[in-house]
Amino acid sequence: MTTTSSVTPYRTEVHSARDGFAQSLRAEWTKFRTVRGWIIGLFVAVLVMVGLGLLTATAGSIQCGGGPGNSGQRSGAACRLNPPLGPDGEAVFDTFYFVHQPLAGNGTITARVTSFTGLYSPQGAIGSGSDTAGMVSGTQPWSKAGIIIKQSDAAGSAYAAMMVTGGNGVRMQYNFTHDVAGTPGAVSSSSPRWLRLVRSGDTITGYDSLDGTHWTAVSSATLAGLPSTVQVGLFATSPGYTVTTQNFGGGSSVGGPTQATGSFDNVAVQGAAQGATWQGDVVGTAKARAADLLQAANYQQSGDGFTVTGTGDIAPWGAGGLGDGRPVEQSLVGAFAGLIAIAIVAAMFITAEYRRGLIRLTLAATPRRGRVLAAKAVVIGTMTFLVGLVASVIAMPLSDHIAYNHGRYILPVSSLTEFRVIVGTAALFAGVAIFALGVGALLRRSATTVTVVIVMIVLPYILAVASVLPADAAQWLMRLTPAAAFSVQQSLVAYPQVTASYTPSNGYFPLAPWAGFAVLCGYAILALGLAHLRLSRRDA
Amino acid sequence: MSRVVDQDSREAGASGIGRAPRRAPARREPRGRRANLAESLHAEWTKLRTLPGTFWLLLAIAVLTIAVSAAAEAAVPCSAADCGQDPAKVGLTGIEFGQAVVAILAVLAVSGEYSTGMIRVTFAAMPRRMTVLAAKATLISGLTLFAGAVAVLGSVLVGRLVMPGKGFTAAHGYPRLLALTDSSVLRATGGSVLYLGLIALLSLGIATLIRDSATSIGVVLALLYLSPIIAGVVSDPHWHNRIERYSPMNAGLSIQATRDLAGMPIGPWEGLGVLAAWAAGALLAGGLALRLRDA
Repeated sequence: MTTTSSVTPYRTEVHSARDGFAQSLRAEWTKFRTVRGWIIGLFVAVLVMVGLGLLTATAGSIQCGGGPGNSGQRSGAACRLNPPLGPDGEAVFDTFYFVHQPLAGNGTITARVTSFTGLYSPQGAIGSGSDTAGMVSGTQPWSKAGIIIKQSDAAGSAYAAMMVTGGNGVRMQYNFTHDVAGTPGAVSSSSPRWLRLVRSGDTITGYDSLDGTHWTAVSSATLAGLPSTVQVGLFATSPGYTVTTQNFGGGSSVGGPTQATGSFDNVAVQGAAQGATWQGDVVGTAKARAADLLQAANYQQSGDGFTVTGTGDIAPWGAGGLGDGRPVEQSLVGAFAGLIAIAIVAAMFITAEYRRGLIRLTLAATPRRGRVLAAKAVVIGTMTFLVGLVASVIAMPLSDHIAYNHGRYILPVSSLTEFRVIVGTAALFAGVAIFALGVGALLRRSATTVTVVIVMIVLPYILAVASVLPADAAQWLMRLTPAAAFSVQQSLVAYPQVTASYTPSNGYFPLAPWAGFAVLCGYAILALGLAHLRLSRRDA
Repeated sequence: MSRVVDQDSREAGASGIGRAPRRAPARREPRGRRANLAESLHAEWTKLRTLPGTFWLLLAIAVLTIAVSAAAEAAVPCSAADCGQDPAKVGLTGIEFGQAVVAILAVLAVSGEYSTGMIRVTFAAMPRRMTVLAAKATLISGLTLFAGAVAVLGSVLVGRLVMPGKGFTAAHGYPRLLALTDSSVLRATGGSVLYLGLIALLSLGIATLIRDSATSIGVVLALLYLSPIIAGVVSDPHWHNRIERYSPMNAGLSIQATRDLAGMPIGPWEGLGVLAAWAAGALLAGGLALRLRDA
């Protein structure tokens, strides 16, 4: 209290920054933080999101039948699958029949494939007694047989392979996730395929040829850290057969085991050790789903000709049925509940001003109406982003841990993906809040606003994953509505070289993560734009 | 929706003017007779009728339900015999959307009065709060049943025109597609109308309990829409089954099933009964809060 000036200025000085954006921000922040209900709403958002994540993890205990040599029901952690990990840390299927010999240093393997056949059971029934009882002949699109250079015969180790497939021509595949097309078309004795793999240091190059003299390079793979002695040889494998019927929530599937047989001749390994002999092994059975495997895997040799029969798959895990593993984003399913709380708070942040008439005071203080809207968007966006971040950071590791202890296998993801899922969920919260703000400024009524936002964000997702809609209609819903933004949570990767039901109900969204988020941003910008138009054209 | 806003301010103004003089004659008419249900109904009907939002919301229930049903009917194919689709479920998909509008109608009937202060006038005029709630419940559910009947009949009509073109033919095992003379179809359609009525009562109860319109509508929609999502990620069959049986939307919508009833987690009428229990519980809680609390 100083009394240097006895004259109080008639009005406070008008600073040039008085109606600057920072002032508007401060005003809106003050309004936001002083309404207790809204702060409670944000806490509720965190609580319901974490709570639902924990609930689904706790209620996610699984039962399984006794495995081989273990009769009776088991449940919980005893059922947990433990698939091998590929060189890049992802879970993989690595089960096939492998006719191999060691190769020290550089070398080449060449083989001619003269026929490729398979068996599958269309009714999904596994024949008892004889493994192949009731099966009909035919290959699966991604049944495969060919030549392979593999770090070791341990499941999950690095590899590069040239193969013929049931429906996709010659392919070069390496390290589970990579797939390059070679010569298209089916194999027969009148139209055989020559395959060749050349190892030079860490680099393996695949070639194919129709006649054994004119070779075409398909691709090159660099397998970092490949040891000097590797296993080289022939393989055959065939993934499970599934028919997915699309109805009532995106599908039920029936399926069963399959097997594939490749016939090879002119098999030659250059650089092989003197006296090396071929050895046949099933790779990876112990760790794969035993029920899906037939015991028919074997090989026959006559001179340089081989017939190899196998079953299983060499492919990334996680595609298709989610019962196999829990993707990390399942812990964030509570985001739906959190978003409802966020939508209520964000809608009231603007509609409450209309109800109480505060908007007239706000606009008198900040006559530039667009600035008011922008300041509100920044405040509510920042706050909800932080809320989403906190909720995800708590919910994800906690629920994953609980689900793991209940016997669920958590599909491993790279830390970059995990980061994107968490930050994406936070961004989702901010996007929905700003969308709700825009709709609220447009409609000026809280009940209608909240309904519009929830119906546009949650209902399309329900219709897509849990209704009668077929997969293509569900995918269009997930492209066109704000619900597309949930793709930002998707950690699963859809691989074209794996046959699976890549539908929203299985966790696969049609748009790329940030592209889906951009759809929501588009809606938010549209709502804000229309709101700005209405705010500046009409009386408040 | 601009008219809704005008109404809001008009109503606020009216109550503002009306409050002061009405408070002056403190207890003017203790004429030994209290407002009965008929008078309550008349008062509530006057309020509802003169709100411009009511008509538009009723129209929206019918139009949006039919539109979403029509979209689903045009999107779901039946390409072969025994395609496993339930035509009633497909044809009545719009109910999942229409219930959100029903929720707005019901929530606003209560929370709208709280937001403008009108509720104090209402209770001053009709001190029997239960009678007011009963009148509101009767009117709102009646209006919803009317709009719902239009919505359901429209959806069925569109379905009968559209669905044969998508493969729902006699050759594919649908000889009497959505025929109302079919008892199971009658149950699905009539039950869907009742479903909307029960959603209105559920929303009314929750709004009476919570009073704020945005929060009420959020809670109602969360209660309805979250259960199918949660059921989708719960892998434990017991828990999954429980969610399907006891959540208001999943259980209530089982009334729409016309085939494969044996494989359902809960029967059609039992499912609707679960929803009715939810609605009764919400109304009870709301009524109790109304009795014990200041307005």
